[in-house]
Amino acid sequence: MPASVTNFATHFFVTGEPMIYGADVAIVLVSLAILFVLTYFKKWKWLWKEWLTTVDHKKIGIMYLIAALLMMFRGGVDALLMRTQLMLPNGRFLQAQHYNEIFTTHGTLMILFMAMPFIFAMFNIVVPLQIGARDVAFPYLNAISFWLFFVAAMLLNLSFVIGGSPDAGWVSYPPLADLPFDRGPGENFYLLSLQITGIGSMATGLNFFVTIMRMRAPGMTLMRMPLFCWAVLSASVLIIVAFPALTAALALLLIDRVAGAHFFTMLAGGNPMMYVNLFWVWGHPEVYIVVLPAFGVFSEVVATFAKKRVFGYASMVASMMVITVISYLVWLHHFFTMGAGPGVNSFFALASMIIAIPTGVKVFNWLMTLFRGRIRLTPPLLWTLGFVPNFAIGGATGVMLAVAPADYQYHNSYFLIAHFHQVLIGGTVYGMIAGMYYWWPKVFGFLLGERLARHAFWWFNIGFYVCFLPQYFLGYMGMTRRIYTYPPGMGWTTWNFISTLGAYMMGIGFILIAANIVQSALHGVRDTTGDPWDGRTLEWSLPSPAPHYNFARIPTVHSRDAWWEMKEARRRGEPVQESTEPLRPIHMPKSSGRPFILSVLFFVFGFGMTFNWYVMAIIGLLGVGICLVLRSFEFDTDFYIPVHEIEETEAAYGRS
Amino acid sequence: MSVLEQRLPAVDTHDDLPLEYAHEDDALRIFGFWVFLVTDMLLFSCVFATYVILYRHTNMGPTPTQLFDVRGFTAETLILLTSSFTSGIGTYEMRRGHRGALIGWLMVTWILGACFIGLEVSEFVADVASGATMSRSAFLSAFFTLVGMHGCHVSFGLLWMLCLMIQLGVKGITHVTARKVFIVGLYWHFLDVVWVFIFTVVYLIGELS
Amino acid sequence: MSEMGLRRLRRLGVLAAVPLLCTGCGERYFILNPAGPVANVEKNLIVLTFVLTGIVVIPVIALMAFIVTRYRDKPGNTAPYEPEWSESKTLEIIWWGIPILIIAILGTFTVRDTFRLVRPPVASGPPMTIQVTSLDWKWLFQYPGQNIATVNYVRIPAGRPVEFVLTSHAPMNSFWVPQLGGQEYTMPGMAMRLWLQADRPGTYFGSGANFTGRGFAHMRFNVIAMPSADFDRWTQQVKRTAPPLTTAGYKALEQQSVVGQLQYSSFPKGLFEQTIRTDGGMYMKQKMETATD
Repeated sequence: MPASVTNFATHFFVTGEPMIYGADVAIVLVSLAILFVLTYFKKWKWLWKEWLTTVDHKKIGIMYLIAALLMMFRGGVDALLMRTQLMLPNGRFLQAQHYNEIFTTHGTLMILFMAMPFIFAMFNIVVPLQIGARDVAFPYLNAISFWLFFVAAMLLNLSFVIGGSPDAGWVSYPPLADLPFDRGPGENFYLLSLQITGIGSMATGLNFFVTIMRMRAPGMTLMRMPLFCWAVLSASVLIIVAFPALTAALALLLIDRVAGAHFFTMLAGGNPMMYVNLFWVWGHPEVYIVVLPAFGVFSEVVATFAKKRVFGYASMVASMMVITVISYLVWLHHFFTMGAGPGVNSFFALASMIIAIPTGVKVFNWLMTLFRGRIRLTPPLLWTLGFVPNFAIGGATGVMLAVAPADYQYHNSYFLIAHFHQVLIGGTVYGMIAGMYYWWPKVFGFLLGERLARHAFWWFNIGFYVCFLPQYFLGYMGMTRRIYTYPPGMGWTTWNFISTLGAYMMGIGFILIAANIVQSALHGVRDTTGDPWDGRTLEWSLPSPAPHYNFARIPTVHSRDAWWEMKEARRRGEPVQESTEPLRPIHMPKSSGRPFILSVLFFVFGFGMTFNWYVMAIIGLLGVGICLVLRSFEFDTDFYIPVHEIEETEAAYGRS
Repeated sequence: MSVLEQRLPAVDTHDDLPLEYAHEDDALRIFGFWVFLVTDMLLFSCVFATYVILYRHTNMGPTPTQLFDVRGFTAETLILLTSSFTSGIGTYEMRRGHRGALIGWLMVTWILGACFIGLEVSEFVADVASGATMSRSAFLSAFFTLVGMHGCHVSFGLLWMLCLMIQLGVKGITHVTARKVFIVGLYWHFLDVVWVFIFTVVYLIGELS
Repeated sequence: MSEMGLRRLRRLGVLAAVPLLCTGCGERYFILNPAGPVANVEKNLIVLTFVLTGIVVIPVIALMAFIVTRYRDKPGNTAPYEPEWSESKTLEIIWWGIPILIIAILGTFTVRDTFRLVRPPVASGPPMTIQVTSLDWKWLFQYPGQNIATVNYVRIPAGRPVEFVLTSHAPMNSFWVPQLGGQEYTMPGMAMRLWLQADRPGTYFGSGANFTGRGFAHMRFNVIAMPSADFDRWTQQVKRTAPPLTTAGYKALEQQSVVGQLQYSSFPKGLFEQTIRTDGGMYMKQKMETATD
């Protein structure tokens, strides 16, 4: 090979680490296996028609769910690698550079490519069904959102084997992440993949805001809406107001890096503080964006499995609204230690503490929903109950961190690490897994087996405490985050060792969840009723899985817990007016391959920008532009499902 | 039109509303576009904030007063404000069902927008030729980014308007094209408002300081 | 199953409490073992928050355990079942009220101490100033009063308030000596002030707390507090024996590297101020001489 090619290849492909070569081999093998399976079983057409071109919110939800679980696996492996390195002092398992790349991708993946798609999976699967709609407001845009997220995730993951991963932490503060301190393409991978998925997220927020505001079934006033939809509404509002700040921060840093600008550089007048502010103006609402939907799931789960109305509905709604507003006013508590002055610090400290009040109120309301109910300890409720002590402790440590002078001691220590894992795992991940178990039969038509589910829960839950409680103590002992090694004799060894064991227990928990899914897919109990939990909201009035038009007749809502009330009315023998109405043709959006192609072109653009290959970037961008123009000239975007087809589908479900 | 229509039986169209609002689905898209404008406004706010933080950080390079050309930005402002007005007339003609007048006024708007972009590009080219590039100082980075971002928005609007004029020529004024014209009008007015802020925050304050 | 689970949970709680109770006061828990007035203020706040949040956390967990055991859906459970009961003004007022009260108390103390910490701690001697620069990946300490400098360790007289003026000539770091007080960021182009004081002689662990790249894990330093007379003797000794820090020497320190402990008998005049100026300090409203809080 000519020297120039060899030189290019050694810089282009990440080399020198046995683990990377392992990953290379694994990626090639898995890709080949997928290609083989698709070809052998002649599934290409199926893949294209049913999945790549779909605009059906239920299928998009499923794809989000699968992607989220895959990314949780990838981020989880990162976590285990880090814990293995820190298990003992002077660890030699990872080099500094590799460790830095791993914690950076761990954080980025878990927040933006695990938590976000997981909540979007729930948005997509649940919201239209709960409000009695046939799809979201903009199904085509919804498909674009998903595929942008997907290609962005691929772009970021590619950095593991090509070019090198980002290594400046998931917050990517300049000047560390800016020229001249970070020249490699890794940081560009970070900026572009986040930018691309950010566009998708913003579109999703907009989509669900409009869907919930404008597409509720007749009679479903806002105050009759299920609490999950309220949570989605709050999260969507936050997405709309917070994500532009991230877009701005990333774009300016990218301009610094590719065009030599000086927004955040150390010299020539740049101001790194501006990035820190912009990042957290998004970053703090972001944690509420991912945790509010979890609150929504818990509200649904406790009411269903206590067989009781949710307690204090108005109070629940009010607390979510208060959280939505205040979460926008607390971002500075991420840098009390940057010397903003005592007045500013006091303001943000108070705001941060105040946000704990509505959160605490919600916990009490969930407990009171269970109080004097009839509690069935199913897997969704198990995860919900696991959440309560987690969030009580995590919330308390959050208040501790909000006390500005105390934060001077906690900031960037393992205390902080333990705190945010406790609220993000204990809140978001527990919530999303609870939601997954809860709505699984609705999506796939079979239940996840309870026995394995319990084992998975206990491994994960106990593992969680074993992993993270020691980290609070490490914080008190002065251990800072993001160090790849530590000397013996600090007293940190024991706690680190225990923490690593806990991380492995959580890993076992995750494997058991995966096993649970596989086992139930093969031998699971089929849900023939559409209402396996004796649910309360409209999604349980549909067969499982729901037909692609969702509702043959749009229901009329008269109260909260609409489906529960309908069942009660039926039990009392009152006439049900909906089923007497004649069916009418249903208007649905057509599938389209363009969202997928558009996103691939975004990938081309992102990849080109990452390596400063501007020709490639421009080709990608032009392609995106052409897709937009083509869409503008497309008038034939929807079709009608004729009545006889609806009748056949409904009959196949055993419904008239 | 889509999923929505079926959920409100018997009120598929509202005759008393303007054409672009008559179908539930079009009204939905207009509402969605308003929400998009909120996100875009916030994006601009962030870049404005950055500019305000950085505009004194000139790194011994050109200052705002030295850089800005009063006649240039005054002309740009007048042209863009006029184009906003002509786009408004276009929407008025659309409501009256005059396709020819609508396309004509869109054409006028388009030409004004193109003039604006031409002036802005020549301003940028002159700046760069005099050594005032993006990498000269934090002030210039912020200036080019903020004004350039607005310019990109305007250019995108021009492309969009061009597509619409062709569609109007082929399809005439239907509820779909009417909705599109209405939305592009919203977009255009929004960019005008942003420019008023750029005029004040960047050019006026720059000249006065 | 649930009884088993709850028992496990309870056991877990006990397990978690034991180390805090037994070793919480162990010497290795720096934050809980303050050696100066600043860290002491912070520790007292930490204890206060611990108690106040406990008022909510413990009842919540206990209440949950009680409710889940009492209201299980099993045959023969005689506990009341009220599926329609979903409102109670009294209860709502209680749990909006109690947290508000707690936050009010905590907020008062927080604001008081936030303002208190920007002033020098109770002085038992005249304050002294040390200028701290974080570099890739080392700490440079300059003593403007004594005209000496050290790298990766710093000596201070015990019992005297020390004004650390912080900046960075590299990616931002954070200066943290947990036993003396909380941290403050070092940022390019800014001079940040952090008041610390050691009440008794000793060696205190310090480290950079904000990630700065490959050598970050090695950015540790010791703060050695010593009696005033010893401190003066030490400065004299450094002046006599150590080499001076030259401009070229500073250029070498700027390069990315990990080094051991160093000391210098002098440093170029105005080096610290000049660094801040060029890194963006010239655009700051404050004068260079006065650090911000």
